[in-house]
Amino acid sequence: MELVSPSLDTETAIVTKLDDAVKWARESSLWPMIFGTACCAIEFMSTAASKYDISRFGAEVVRFSPRQADLLIIAGTITYKQAPILKQIYDQMSQPKWVVSMGACACSGGFYDNYSTMQGIDEIIPVDLYVAGCPPRPEALLDALVSLQEDVRTNKYNPQRHKDFKGLLDNA
Amino acid sequence: MLEYITVEPLAVASLIKEKYSAGFNYLLDITAIDYSEYVDVQKEEFALIYIIRHKNFKETIVVKTYLHTLEIQSISDVFKGANWLEREVYDQYGIIFKQHPNLRRVLNHKEFVGHPLRKSYPITKGQLLHSVDDLIDEMNNRLLNKNVVCKLDNGSFSECNKDLMFLNIGPSHPASHGTIRTYIALDGETIEAAVAEIGYLHRGFEKSCENHNYNQIIPYTDRLNYCSAISNNIAFAKTVEDMLGVTLPLRAQAIRVMLLELSRIEDHLVCLAAILVDMGAMTNYWYMYNPRESIYEVLSKLTGARLTNSYMRIGGMANDLYDGFEVDLSKAIEEVQHGVKETLSLIKHNRIFHDRTQNVGIISAEDAINASLTGPNLRACGVEFDMRKDNPYYGYENYDFDVVLGSVGDVYDRIMVRFGEIDESIKIIEQVMRKLPEGDINVKDASVVLPAKESVYSNIEGAMNHFKLTYEGVKVPADEYYASIEATNGELGFFIVSDGSGTPYKVKVKAPSFTAISAYPEMIEGSQLADSILTLGSLNIIAGEMDR
Repeated sequence: MELVSPSLDTETAIVTKLDDAVKWARESSLWPMIFGTACCAIEFMSTAASKYDISRFGAEVVRFSPRQADLLIIAGTITYKQAPILKQIYDQMSQPKWVVSMGACACSGGFYDNYSTMQGIDEIIPVDLYVAGCPPRPEALLDALVSLQEDVRTNKYNPQRHKDFKGLLDNA
Repeated sequence: MLEYITVEPLAVASLIKEKYSAGFNYLLDITAIDYSEYVDVQKEEFALIYIIRHKNFKETIVVKTYLHTLEIQSISDVFKGANWLEREVYDQYGIIFKQHPNLRRVLNHKEFVGHPLRKSYPITKGQLLHSVDDLIDEMNNRLLNKNVVCKLDNGSFSECNKDLMFLNIGPSHPASHGTIRTYIALDGETIEAAVAEIGYLHRGFEKSCENHNYNQIIPYTDRLNYCSAISNNIAFAKTVEDMLGVTLPLRAQAIRVMLLELSRIEDHLVCLAAILVDMGAMTNYWYMYNPRESIYEVLSKLTGARLTNSYMRIGGMANDLYDGFEVDLSKAIEEVQHGVKETLSLIKHNRIFHDRTQNVGIISAEDAINASLTGPNLRACGVEFDMRKDNPYYGYENYDFDVVLGSVGDVYDRIMVRFGEIDESIKIIEQVMRKLPEGDINVKDASVVLPAKESVYSNIEGAMNHFKLTYEGVKVPADEYYASIEATNGELGFFIVSDGSGTPYKVKVKAPSFTAISAYPEMIEGSQLADSILTLGSLNIIAGEMDR
């Protein structure tokens, strides 16, 4: 859906479904909250800096308050010590929300298969998109963002997954 | 110079005090060794290691004691830096330090049962934490020591004369640089007391090392100080090479020096960019961060990775410089110089910058040495300690460069020392590139370095050599050894215990950020809340290295 076109004059009215208009607004202005813990957070800094420029995709309004964000990017290793904090931050975000797990550690623990590291954050919170890499290049994160925008638009994955999710810390 | 002394546990505290008065006033590290699975039966199951250094920064002593019981006298009354180091040993090995002011876990969480670096602890046995430590008892003790609260008869506390507000900064806070948590008691805007909690990025580096062979550990070292991965590679590889007794070819040494300095620039750029953003100087972030991207480009062309390069190998490095490296490098250096110049022109005579940084977050030279600070943080206090000058390696004595010093030990000095070090590093890189020796980049030793690919595919000796080295790892003679280099944050050392196999028996990292964060709470007490952010930023704490 293209709302502004040079061929249309300013008097033109566009008729669309409210649902589509809302989805278009959401996909084009995802506000990320960065849960940056390790090396991946440095690559996120590159993604946000001028060379890769995440603002080309409407996601440059980085919030560090979960209550103002709708996209949670977990950039880095999550340890068992960190897990309750991540859960608390996720819970503080209001619906609708999306979660991107950036890098091998967040996705699966990476090569830290040991006593202190969570073997994937999807044990405690739901994840919409996994980005491979250790750390992923900025292009990979941007690619994830574009795929996520498509998901926001089409809702092609299970829309109930955030509501139905039960993680290790949910019954505690 | 490394000297080894073995004493009885009861004599450790008095020996350390005696050495302290003899001038050994700089504590490097404390760690333990669990000998229960060692090849030779040792006197006792556990031994403790203390590494101390003379104030001339040249002589180093490794004090070792075999523990008859899992208890020993604390030395935190002599060295402030020992406080957290002893807590770590307690946390990881379960050794009790008597008369320690605050013996609690530091890396693992409060619900953790057992001591993970004991050989009997299974490496993959994770333990879930359900609720975060509230730190209230630690804060109360801190306030009690400072006479801000009084203890009531029923054991609870009351505020005697101040109306305090308590605040958590971190562990998920944009200015907490990763995952550091500081819990502070505020009177208005003034910080009355502070306690720091770390361990949120403790990802079991040392335990993982005990389960991988030497070359497999290189990628793990990348992720210690991920802002300057190659310097960690070099520090680890150098320690192992020293244990093997091999000397690198001159070309390899020169390339390592050049990459060490490039890492230093890379690391300082991101530290300075971040602290200026913390101050609200966003423009400088772009000036400083974009040159870093140019360094990434050079490194990814050279090593295949932007950030976590894994470029070094035991006995050398993965590959030689590519054709045209020099041109790319000098282009990147030019951009760094441009970025530094633009930034300095904005801040050097800027009143806001001066007011925010001068006389803020001061630590005196004496305190800094006692708290085991190192690197730019120590040099900002005016202490002239630089491993490149005091214990030169890889031919550093042949390069002409200055050690940049501060005078006050405040945020301003720490920032300006880093700016100065960028210039000095560029000087070194230019000297290296001007007379880069020709020759090999790896030692000529088939028991250390993998054979050339042609020989692996064409003859049985090469194939066997490759198989043995990959499968069993480089065999390091049984020894206990400490070596260090001047990495970007200061002295980065590795203490390695080898049992003669291809896998280290124990690895301990002497991480500069760990001791820096242990000094941090006292540095911010008495200052304003906003100053604590800058103080933290100026110490350049890298969580990967601090928590390991």
